Amino acid sequence: MRIAVCVKHVPEGPSRIDPSTKRLDRSGEGSLNHFDANAVEEALRIKGESGTEVVVVSLGPQKALDSLRKALAMGADRAVLVFDDAAEGSDLVVTSRVLATALEREEPDLVLFGQQASDADGAVLWAAVAERLGRPVISQAMELSVEGGSARVKRQTEFGYDTLEAPLPAVVAVSDAINEPRYPSLKGIMGAKKKPQEILSLADLGIAEGDAGEAGSRTTVLALGDPPARGDARKIEDDGNAAQAIVDFLAEKRLV
Amino acid sequence: MAALVFLEQHGGELQKGSLGVLAKAASLGDGDVAAVIAGEGARALAAEAGKFGAAKVWTCESAEVAQPLPQPRVDVLAQVVEEGGYDTVLFANSVLAADVAAGLAARLDAGLNWDLADIELQDGELVGKRPALQDSVYAAVGWSGTPRLALFRAGSFDATPAGGGEPEVAEVSPAYREHSTAVKLVGQDAAESSGPSIEDADIIVAGGRGLGSPDNFTLAEELAKALGGAVGATRAVVDAGWYPYSAQIGQTGKTVSPKLYVALGISGAIQHKVGMQSSGTIVAINKDANAPIFEFSDLGVVGDVHAIVPKLTELIRARRA
Amino acid sequence: MARPSNFPPPFSSSDYVAEPTDPADERIEVGILIVGGGPAGLACAIRLGQLLEEHPDVAERLGEVPVAVLEKGKQPGSHLVSGAVVDPRALRRLFGNRLRMDELPTFGPVTGESVYVLTRRAALPIPPPPPMRNHGNWIFSLSQLGSFLAERAEEGGAMILPETTAQKLLVSHGRVVGARTGDKGRGREGGELGNFEAGSDVVAKVTVLAEGTQGHLTGVALDRFSLHGEDPQVWELAVKEVWKVEKPLDRVIHTMGWPLRTGKRYREFGGSFIYPMGKDMVTIGLVVGLDYRDASLSVHDLLQELKTHPKIRRILAGGERVEWGAKTIPSGGFHSLPQRLHAPGLLLCGDGVGMVNVPRLKGIHYAIESGRLAAEAAFRALQRGETPATALSSYDDAVRDSFIWRELHEVRNMRQVFGRGFIVGGALASAMTVSKGRVELGKMRAEPDADQPLLVTDRDASYPAPDGKLTFDKLSSVFASGNKTRDDQPNHIKIERRVPREVARLWEHMCPAQVYEIGAEDGDGTVLLEVAASNCVQCGAITAKGGRLTPPEGGSGPEYTLT
Repeated sequence: MRIAVCVKHVPEGPSRIDPSTKRLDRSGEGSLNHFDANAVEEALRIKGESGTEVVVVSLGPQKALDSLRKALAMGADRAVLVFDDAAEGSDLVVTSRVLATALEREEPDLVLFGQQASDADGAVLWAAVAERLGRPVISQAMELSVEGGSARVKRQTEFGYDTLEAPLPAVVAVSDAINEPRYPSLKGIMGAKKKPQEILSLADLGIAEGDAGEAGSRTTVLALGDPPARGDARKIEDDGNAAQAIVDFLAEKRLV
Repeated sequence: MAALVFLEQHGGELQKGSLGVLAKAASLGDGDVAAVIAGEGARALAAEAGKFGAAKVWTCESAEVAQPLPQPRVDVLAQVVEEGGYDTVLFANSVLAADVAAGLAARLDAGLNWDLADIELQDGELVGKRPALQDSVYAAVGWSGTPRLALFRAGSFDATPAGGGEPEVAEVSPAYREHSTAVKLVGQDAAESSGPSIEDADIIVAGGRGLGSPDNFTLAEELAKALGGAVGATRAVVDAGWYPYSAQIGQTGKTVSPKLYVALGISGAIQHKVGMQSSGTIVAINKDANAPIFEFSDLGVVGDVHAIVPKLTELIRARRA
Repeated sequence: MARPSNFPPPFSSSDYVAEPTDPADERIEVGILIVGGGPAGLACAIRLGQLLEEHPDVAERLGEVPVAVLEKGKQPGSHLVSGAVVDPRALRRLFGNRLRMDELPTFGPVTGESVYVLTRRAALPIPPPPPMRNHGNWIFSLSQLGSFLAERAEEGGAMILPETTAQKLLVSHGRVVGARTGDKGRGREGGELGNFEAGSDVVAKVTVLAEGTQGHLTGVALDRFSLHGEDPQVWELAVKEVWKVEKPLDRVIHTMGWPLRTGKRYREFGGSFIYPMGKDMVTIGLVVGLDYRDASLSVHDLLQELKTHPKIRRILAGGERVEWGAKTIPSGGFHSLPQRLHAPGLLLCGDGVGMVNVPRLKGIHYAIESGRLAAEAAFRALQRGETPATALSSYDDAVRDSFIWRELHEVRNMRQVFGRGFIVGGALASAMTVSKGRVELGKMRAEPDADQPLLVTDRDASYPAPDGKLTFDKLSSVFASGNKTRDDQPNHIKIERRVPREVARLWEHMCPAQVYEIGAEDGDGTVLLEVAASNCVQCGAITAKGGRLTPPEGGSGPEYTLT
């Protein structure tokens, strides 16, 4: 069996937006999106001691190899990075297209995603990728098992817990409650460099430059500004009636 | 603008969040707004959608959408968008809606802006507003080409009836793709009665060192129970062993954004702030008038938690009774 | 009055020395193990890469991983803090003609400098005393330089292992054979969490300790092999910030005087630095000797006070703080250097052994040069296949023949001199430099910082209340260091927790990261010390002043990028 895990290299340290491009400044250090570590961990648990291959896939800058190596150090077998200057500034439409194309090359039985990306707070990528791959998708998995050609998932929604099943090949997005990612062992870290790491360009995937990056995107950032003030902030001193004042305030906001 | 709003339903009721988006779309006043409802009993809910501003409601009650799964709904929406010629589709965030919106974006190669807090028309162009970088900046975002997909943060808009009349109702029965119907729901359990988890709670009552001692955490627990919310804790009290790490909110704990966050005896150091600053409404009680938390709370009360909270809990209980 | 040294921490070096315990086939074998990914360690790795490229036969003998560097921070640079104005000679020697200065991540050469003696309102310019002249030197962010050097080291074939601490020194038959890395995934009480990963024995033919100030294994090795110098080591604490500014600064600035007090009884030795970082950033820091006596002294808060000086305010006007950091600097100089810089299987470099020229405020070029010389000594030993015990002594010879020794000797009594008070000290220090150290004052022994008797004043009453724009509190500063240390791990700070109030007060004010807090009182005049270990930015001040810092879980601590 082959499991592909989509991971993202996200900026470290205090996030800054580059005012000229209005995009996140990714020039500094980065690391593996910690939500994706849950997905890598889950793939490794399913793999166990078997011959299942775990391949990590990412779209990102050259430095993203660092994050891919972290996944290899945890135990993944192979890494594929799609790196192309023309892909900078890609939105969901483009990113999902590029990833889906890269994933199709791998012919995975199971594709895993993490809960969200800590940089753009997007929790939408897997559904878009699954649609392009033409595969069933289940998100918010807090438990996942693979048996007899199906994935079985327990997930949490606003209303309770659902148990779902989908035939493989399928796409599953895991929540951060599903597991505690392992620390790579020193041997793992040292062995990671030797594992196969492939870098693909858009041309390798047969994607035209005009269909990628900002050119191919369908959303734009128009302007950046300060967040609106929190409205009328009120501060009062307790004169014995604070409790009532709070209740009135909450009632006003229709929170009780 | 030819707008379509995805209305989510559960347990025979339309979800307030999506009704709020519908009301907002209608208030933009740029042409008629339509809605789509998929699932059992959709037709019966069409009239209510009309009250919130839908001039036309598309319904789908086929077996494929009986379960609350996203992919068949992508087929439904894609069909409706084509038949109705819509250039804008709006969603209120939920586990289901996010997957539908993203699937639709891929199906139609349409731009999707998510995590939006607001939307407006500027010179005829649709402009979305969203917080970014842990709410430290506010971005204005747009779309190129159509259709435009917009996914709003839960609870962004109030569901106020727009006083609309009976909507036109149309049934839709799309061709479902094979992968859309591959997922099966095989079991369901209601939410645990021990109260919502911190991550999902709409209301969180959090305690800090100002509570004074681990025993006083019952103040936070009682208030949370009365409000129907979850209990959170700061790093300081978790470090001191007063409460478990699973309840820790902050930079090295959980990040939450409930509709209501009540901070008891919490100073508001930045390590805590980054874990809860995007909460809808923040109420803080602290006896130190200079506590930083008062700089970012909506209602700040300078006073003693031990005097205020028990009374507050009583009043809330009385209200709810 | 109490002295912190009367309340020693529960720490014993011998707990950190061990034989390898992993089964032989699970030990990780490398050729040369370097502990510390700072300028010394990385210079060592880079030089080794050069030598091994020229001598592939030696490289072959070192196995699959000829050179490994253990770095406890998230990545190289994450734990590096300095000014920094760097003397380029060591970088030039390291890279030869392979790299030009402008190919390094520098903010450019020093284009001017000023020295001021500050009072509360005024800034009196004085001609830069000879040790402080910086013509020919270059401005760097040490964190960025570390990142750059790490890339060069990797290009040269070194394997860098970030988020990895060296917890124990592996010694077998009296020889250092490597280091044991730290465990990961332990809970607060020491138990194993779900993702627990035990450390590993990393064995090597030669081990180089380049851990920087208060190096953990360095301290252990100095004890184990009885290498301590004639004087005890003493330290200074530096707290600094990086600011985005509107007006470019055109010179490096050093100040003395306010807000430090000049009276002898206070022993407040130090000053500030303000360096331009390109056209739109500036770094400002305050350095204070940890032999100060007032329990109410807080270097972080003195830095905040410093920024309210009219001259400094003008420099920072309209700007924004973007980063904050703190670290100690060993300041004992020549007389505090270890007796030997090597032991069987072991070499010691850089700040870890105190190679810092205090009057010149320079140490980075010594770190780089010592790393380079250590590489050559290790290489020679391996090339000749000699038993490393004797071969490594060539390192000591090389260091004694180098500018490191010469310069440190020249300024050997400078620091001790300031113990006599600022005015007297200043004059004596100048006299020493001008005479190139020939002015002999008779040897003055330095006293350990923790031996200084305490006094308590109300110095803290004049610290500015943080306004969040110009002045900041400690917790938001810890945040600005990028620190996101995992809370649920064992406390890595060894310290006596039941102490007299003034000792607790000392530590509370001393720590720039607000790790210590006075807790409950006991009837007998002592208090319980509360320790919020996850705030710790591993500056090392506590080790100087009565406690002991050991490494927390790998990857913990600050994530500096611009310091």
